Amino acid sequence: MTVPTHFGLDTLMKQLTRGIPGKLPGLSIVLIILLVTFSIGIPGFLSIGTLRSMMFQLPELALLAMAMALPMISGGLNLAIIATANACGLVMVVVMSALIPAGASGSAVMLGVAVGLAAGLAVGLAVGAATGLLIARTGVHPILITLGVQSMVEGTSVLLTQGKVVSGLPSAYGAVGNSLVFGIPLTFIIMAIAALVIGVLLKRTAFGIALAMTGSNAEATRYSSINVGRVLIKVYALSGILCFLAACLMLARFNSASSAYAKSYLLVTVLAAVLGGVDPFGGFGKVGGIILALGVLQVISSGCNLLGFSEYLTLGIWGVTLIAVMGVQSIGTRSSR
Amino acid sequence: MPNAATIRLFHSFRARPENWLIVVLLAVCAALSVVAPSFLTLSNLVDLLEGYSVQAIMAMGVFVVLIAGGIDISFAAVASVAQYVAAMLATQFGLPAIVVLPAGLFIGVLLGCINATLIHYARVTSIIITIATMNTYFAFLMFFTGGHSIYNLPDWWSDRVVLFQTTAPNGDLIRITLPILVMVLAIVLTWLLLNRTKAGRQLYAMGGNPESARRIGISIAKMHYLAYGFLGFMAALAGLVQAHRVGESVPNALYGSELSVLSAAVLGGASLSGGVGTVGGVVIGILLLAVIQNGLNLIGISPYCFSIITGAVIVISTSLTVMSARGRRRSRAIDLEAPTRG
Repeated sequence: MTVPTHFGLDTLMKQLTRGIPGKLPGLSIVLIILLVTFSIGIPGFLSIGTLRSMMFQLPELALLAMAMALPMISGGLNLAIIATANACGLVMVVVMSALIPAGASGSAVMLGVAVGLAAGLAVGLAVGAATGLLIARTGVHPILITLGVQSMVEGTSVLLTQGKVVSGLPSAYGAVGNSLVFGIPLTFIIMAIAALVIGVLLKRTAFGIALAMTGSNAEATRYSSINVGRVLIKVYALSGILCFLAACLMLARFNSASSAYAKSYLLVTVLAAVLGGVDPFGGFGKVGGIILALGVLQVISSGCNLLGFSEYLTLGIWGVTLIAVMGVQSIGTRSSR
Repeated sequence: MPNAATIRLFHSFRARPENWLIVVLLAVCAALSVVAPSFLTLSNLVDLLEGYSVQAIMAMGVFVVLIAGGIDISFAAVASVAQYVAAMLATQFGLPAIVVLPAGLFIGVLLGCINATLIHYARVTSIIITIATMNTYFAFLMFFTGGHSIYNLPDWWSDRVVLFQTTAPNGDLIRITLPILVMVLAIVLTWLLLNRTKAGRQLYAMGGNPESARRIGISIAKMHYLAYGFLGFMAALAGLVQAHRVGESVPNALYGSELSVLSAAVLGGASLSGGVGTVGGVVIGILLLAVIQNGLNLIGISPYCFSIITGAVIVISTSLTVMSARGRRRSRAIDLEAPTRG
């Protein structure tokens, strides 16, 4: 039983933050301020249409951010996520277009899509597990290994496609991928399920606890009879699976695959994860916080879009927001210690 | 005792990770000169040096930050901003070189110091803050310039400066140009800073253990400003040299080269956890990547293969370095290492 030493504002803040996902008061306040400002400044900002367009745009980045965050919790980083996702996408398109002839019937299309998805999953899993194996066995810093893997995977994709965009998806894929279920985009539902699963995995399973322990102190974890190498292989494999899911959504959105899609997302996912409370040194991080951080970024980007700002100005505003929030957060945690 | 002497030689060889790189570099060079006769010509090697001068200058700055225990991803954006501002001053306002060049370098130092301020006072990890500032610098550069390139650089900037010119016996023209000179000066300056000044040794100390460095009276704030400011300076210098080489200023020309420069520095033995590495090692790292790319080009392998091979080289060489360091510890533990003092 701890004796409360602070009264007034501090206690109030603690009360307020209890129910917030990720327990990030700063981020929730930023989100509320942004929502209020934009809905006052832009007529029609708070509408179903805006909300739905945000729900369409958010899932891809959210899945990639989770793919980045899981290795970060283990004390690493996965710079190969975009390359992996693009490789999965390319394999899926190639398999699907090879298996499904032009005038195929419903069941043939279903089979082709299923085989394509399985192939994509296999690629994501294989690249992820291989990365994890390399990191676990060599002991080289994950930044370097994943940098090397990124260059190899991306190089292979570019070599095999000559850098071109590959299309030829069955039209049913795009139709299902962009459909609405009870008014909510299917992609958003997929992302929500993935987030829920990862959230439970991190918090309620032995693997999740082993992961956080590895990130905090790998040596101590090893001495408490946990196979750290296996944890690392699993976490990078999981990251690969999330890349595969992101690739599925990207296919539905672009209706094609290429070795160059979403490249600018790579470093943004690092920022989103850190903004969402993932410790860059490992050991801590929650899915709720990441989703909240992405919500903030998405609201900024939708608002800027409605205001007619250029893409680069939006990116600049993202950067400044991130620096400000991180600065305030870190100064806040320092003074509370 | 020839056996003990051999063992001693072997161990002193293993003690420096860059020795492995020299072996790899020599092996690659030997293989290439057999496969592609045009590789081992003086003119090809000089061209190679010029082609990698910009990357080498940036790598020197990155290396100093790595020594100090930090990491910086924003330097390519800094180089682009400094280059573009200088190009604007030269073309829009018609200012002379004596104003434009210092102004460009000043912008670089300033942006580097912004990074240092955020890292030191806001206490955010350097990789995170520099990813954020990279995006911010680049985004605002693209926003304010609208992505337009500047083609009409003044002659004093874009004219080729040939310092030394000679003709090889086989008729090839060999030119030592300004970028090569600047690169050599940058390397010498970095070496002097790290090995011949008090501040340089303090940077190594801080990278090795920041808490002990602070307790023996090193000002961590000063060291942060020195390291990131130096990188800003080198990045701006690289930006100016790059504009000199291509004769134009394109806002996104350097963007995207961050990770390859970083990997060159790390390949040369700089540790991502700070305090370890030599200037010579970084130079060898860059040479290795340059020679591999140039050689593949001469053999006629598709440029699409470059990144696969570069990736493989990074993974294999860093794994070898780390694993050989582990083996070294083990051999010391079982007393294989011959005592050198006596």
